[in-house]
Amino acid sequence: MSDSVSQTEVEIRNANGLHLRPAMQLVDTASRFMSDVKISNGKTSVDGKSIMQVTMLAASAGTKLTITARGSDAQMATEALKDLIENKLCGEQSRQAEKKSAG
Amino acid sequence: MEIKKGIAVSPGIAIAKPLVIDSEDYRIPRRSILPSAKVAEVKKVRDAFHKAVGELEKIDSDDRIAEGNIKDIFAVHLRFLKDKNLRKKITDLVYNDLLTAEYAVSTTLRDIANHFASVQDRYISERATDIYDIEKRLLRHLLGRKREDIEHISHEVVIVAHELSPTQTASFDRKFIRGFATDAGGRTSHTAIVARSLGIPAVVGLEDVTRNVDPTATVVIDGNRGVVVIDPDEPTLKQYQQFAIEFDRLERELDAIRDLDAVTRDGVAIELLGNIEFPHEAEIVLDKGGSGIGLYRTEFLYLYNQTEPTEEDHYNAYSEVIRVFGDMPVIIRTMDLGADKFTQSRRFVREPNPFLGLRSIRFCLQNLVMFKTQLRAILRASVHGNVHVMFPLISSLHELRQAKMILHDVMDDLEEDSIEYRPDVPVGIMVETPSAALTASILARECDFFSIGTNDLIQYTLAVDRGNERVSTLYSGADPAVIILLRSVIHEANRARISAGICGEMASEPEFIMLLLGLGFRTFSLAPPMIPEIKKVIRSVTIESCNSLARKVLLMNSEREVINYLRNAAMKVLPEVF
Repeated sequence: MSDSVSQTEVEIRNANGLHLRPAMQLVDTASRFMSDVKISNGKTSVDGKSIMQVTMLAASAGTKLTITARGSDAQMATEALKDLIENKLCGEQSRQAEKKSAG
Repeated sequence: MEIKKGIAVSPGIAIAKPLVIDSEDYRIPRRSILPSAKVAEVKKVRDAFHKAVGELEKIDSDDRIAEGNIKDIFAVHLRFLKDKNLRKKITDLVYNDLLTAEYAVSTTLRDIANHFASVQDRYISERATDIYDIEKRLLRHLLGRKREDIEHISHEVVIVAHELSPTQTASFDRKFIRGFATDAGGRTSHTAIVARSLGIPAVVGLEDVTRNVDPTATVVIDGNRGVVVIDPDEPTLKQYQQFAIEFDRLERELDAIRDLDAVTRDGVAIELLGNIEFPHEAEIVLDKGGSGIGLYRTEFLYLYNQTEPTEEDHYNAYSEVIRVFGDMPVIIRTMDLGADKFTQSRRFVREPNPFLGLRSIRFCLQNLVMFKTQLRAILRASVHGNVHVMFPLISSLHELRQAKMILHDVMDDLEEDSIEYRPDVPVGIMVETPSAALTASILARECDFFSIGTNDLIQYTLAVDRGNERVSTLYSGADPAVIILLRSVIHEANRARISAGICGEMASEPEFIMLLLGLGFRTFSLAPPMIPEIKKVIRSVTIESCNSLARKVLLMNSEREVINYLRNAAMKVLPEVF
């Protein structure tokens, strides 16, 4: 099994930042892959599979993060995480907006 | 069996199983373990995590909890409990630093919570409460306490807690609460006030009772002697059951004097009123022989609901009480929040010195919309009976004038809206700051009555925080400084021909009654369960003897000398009460 490294940059876009629930989504996604996942905000680098460490980053809206995956499925891991952070974390808000307009 | 000594704040004997309530402020002491115990201690951590995970998975699969948000929150908690990094951090503290499992859990999670709390982003910083919740869940398993929902008690219990907040005491089902025992607090703490108003025994200032009580053991709370017995042996239990029977007998005896007048042996009539916190207590005051309400605290309206009270909420709460009393006086004190109590909207800013800060009438004068809502409701309710309005914490003539001006504004509004009210409603003030007591002659000219709040007056005069157990022994109504102020206030009230009563704790302490009568006070307002006992004291003395006692006390130099003298005198008059 070849160890490959994949790195990507993302920006937190959902208004409330990387608080507990988005952090849970992130950790759940990262945990689906074999690769080691590190997330860095430039100052601190943490284990992307540990909710404690990810929430300790306390990344608020607008924060830029670097995701580094190391392992056989590194490429897939970074792509899935980038997609999650940039597109799906916002889902929570748009869902609430839908609820409001429906109610 | 374990016997713990504290401060008796509400009389009676309770024997029941304990309900131990965790407090947010509960601190786990840093304790070390022996190297030989570390493997077992690490296992304790793992077991606690395992049980906590099991609990949350049960919630997760519980179909009754359909609410997505709540499930999401517990799902997050579950991720934390399954986080290997977190678990390793804790077990490392136990294994390498030889600390107890509970300390390692508490300190690790508190570090995380503190980290969240320090984040500028408000949304993230508020998540600290989630971490505290996880901490509490783990600690409950480590310390062997079951999660108990205080709102759903279904059998008789005594409450054992670090300290009770107003919100906690409000959520109890009163039917099942037999007594209170707390680590912190003093005679005038919230726990004490609530216990006395409910007429159940309470012992406070026990320091570490929450840590020592076994949830399955029987607990005896002796509110007469200030003793708590955990897991009593058979003879002790029998003895306390006997005490409880005797106490009930004495209570019934006191009940017998309910219908007798509160009059001294030489024929001077004394007015005995009740202090109440909730509308339903009005009936208890009547039942105990009170002839009106001398202090209707209105803070419950702000403390026990999700939203701030509307004018109708105020109006209903006041009308309910006023109707019970007919022509008898009902003195409604306007909102007295701040310092240690807050409203729903929490418009109070954290202050370094809250008791000297924006509280009580000062807060009302800066939040006129809220203040006017309350005044409007009081004035509307005034047509149903003999209502008096009372402003708390007045510290200058300027404040009294401002408050009265706002009251008149509200009267004008009511007139414009053609709503009925009593324009001659008496307006009085609480005298509870040294400045108000010292300027009583000035204030007396512009109000209809005084009511002395001795709790705050003592605290401000002697510069002692009554809730701080390390200095609470300095807090005493027998201090010559307090007695001189009391004498001066009653003197100025008499000169201005307005009434001056006592509505603080002093009026419910039998040893002070002779002194207060001797100084010239004729109106006392107190916790309803204490009314019969105080009436018994009044009926046992003559004003002449009280006058001579007061004269002697005014010549004394120290608190010790005064309190010993007062206790001896009271003991001679009424040995069975002491």
